[in-house]
Amino acid sequence: MSAITTEQVESRVVEALASFGPDESQITREATFEELDVDSLDLVELAQIVEDEYGVVLKGEDMKELKTVGDAIDLIVARASS
Amino acid sequence: MACSGATRVLLAAFGAWFGWGGGVIEWGAASLADGVGQRDGCALVTGASRGIGAAIARALAQDGWPTGVNYRSDRDGAELVVGEIQREGGRAVAIGADVADPRAPDRLFDVLESHFGGPVLVLVNNAGINRDDLVPSLGDEEWSAVLETDLTAAFRLTRRALKRMLRARSGRIVNISSVVGLRGNPGQANYAAAKAGLIALTKTAAVEVARRGVTVNAVAPGLIATEMTSQLSEDMVAGIPARRPGTPEEVAACVRFLASDEASYVTGAVLTVDGGLAA
Repeated sequence: MSAITTEQVESRVVEALASFGPDESQITREATFEELDVDSLDLVELAQIVEDEYGVVLKGEDMKELKTVGDAIDLIVARASS
Repeated sequence: MACSGATRVLLAAFGAWFGWGGGVIEWGAASLADGVGQRDGCALVTGASRGIGAAIARALAQDGWPTGVNYRSDRDGAELVVGEIQREGGRAVAIGADVADPRAPDRLFDVLESHFGGPVLVLVNNAGINRDDLVPSLGDEEWSAVLETDLTAAFRLTRRALKRMLRARSGRIVNISSVVGLRGNPGQANYAAAKAGLIALTKTAAVEVARRGVTVNAVAPGLIATEMTSQLSEDMVAGIPARRPGTPEEVAACVRFLASDEASYVTGAVLTVDGGLAA
């Protein structure tokens, strides 16, 4: 399995989040899901996208810990590499 | 529909490739050339080898849904349903699994999605058993078995179905509850609890996913003339305002509507089909 870069994950996460409603320009690493109006259903869908594309499984407990876009990107990259 | 020897070998190899162990899944003859045709996905009806489930499978197939006809042990019954559907120009495949098995949802969905080449976009949780007894005599095993098959299985299948339905921005889940889940019925505390629980599951799931174009509804049949109710007494029928039991087709018609595009604004609803029994 080829290495997954942080850039790739960041780009995919931003793309997915933008599809849930927020403006792409608002989606920065520091932005919180609350600020972006991204709720738990959106995060469930994000988890599904991540599982489909990177084989990384994010459980309910994992998703609850995520507050910012950066948190999500870092977790996905960490899981994908382990 | 006959399945050639070569096709059987391919099907067996297909099964081995997915590594189904412990006999969790088995499936019957179907054309490998099946595709989803006019629909973007397929349908799964659990407990569809006879009765209400079989009628539902036929109705969905008539509406163009390639349909998985699930059975637990009555393979012959399921194959009969598949045959009827295919004779009418529809697409279907018999697929065996005990829905109470925690591994069943993943295996059922993986097989159907691969076979029909599209996601399961209609799920009908119809499989159900009953183990009747009055509360003071009802055993733990009888309680658990009914809750597991009639409620927990529906939850697991719903969880699995939503993964693809949410991404597809489209989906229909119909849970077959019962009027027994709405009104007390001596001897059926376990069945009633499961059916009432199914209604609560329906409503909660419905509001969670409504904005993704997925609807979740329940159908609550009253007394329907099937094997499960073959002991109907004259007294019971006299108690029904319509003065007759319903037919599986009358229940299937409700499911067909809820699964249709026309029902896109109906969600979290309980459609009672009982000749006025619970009114």
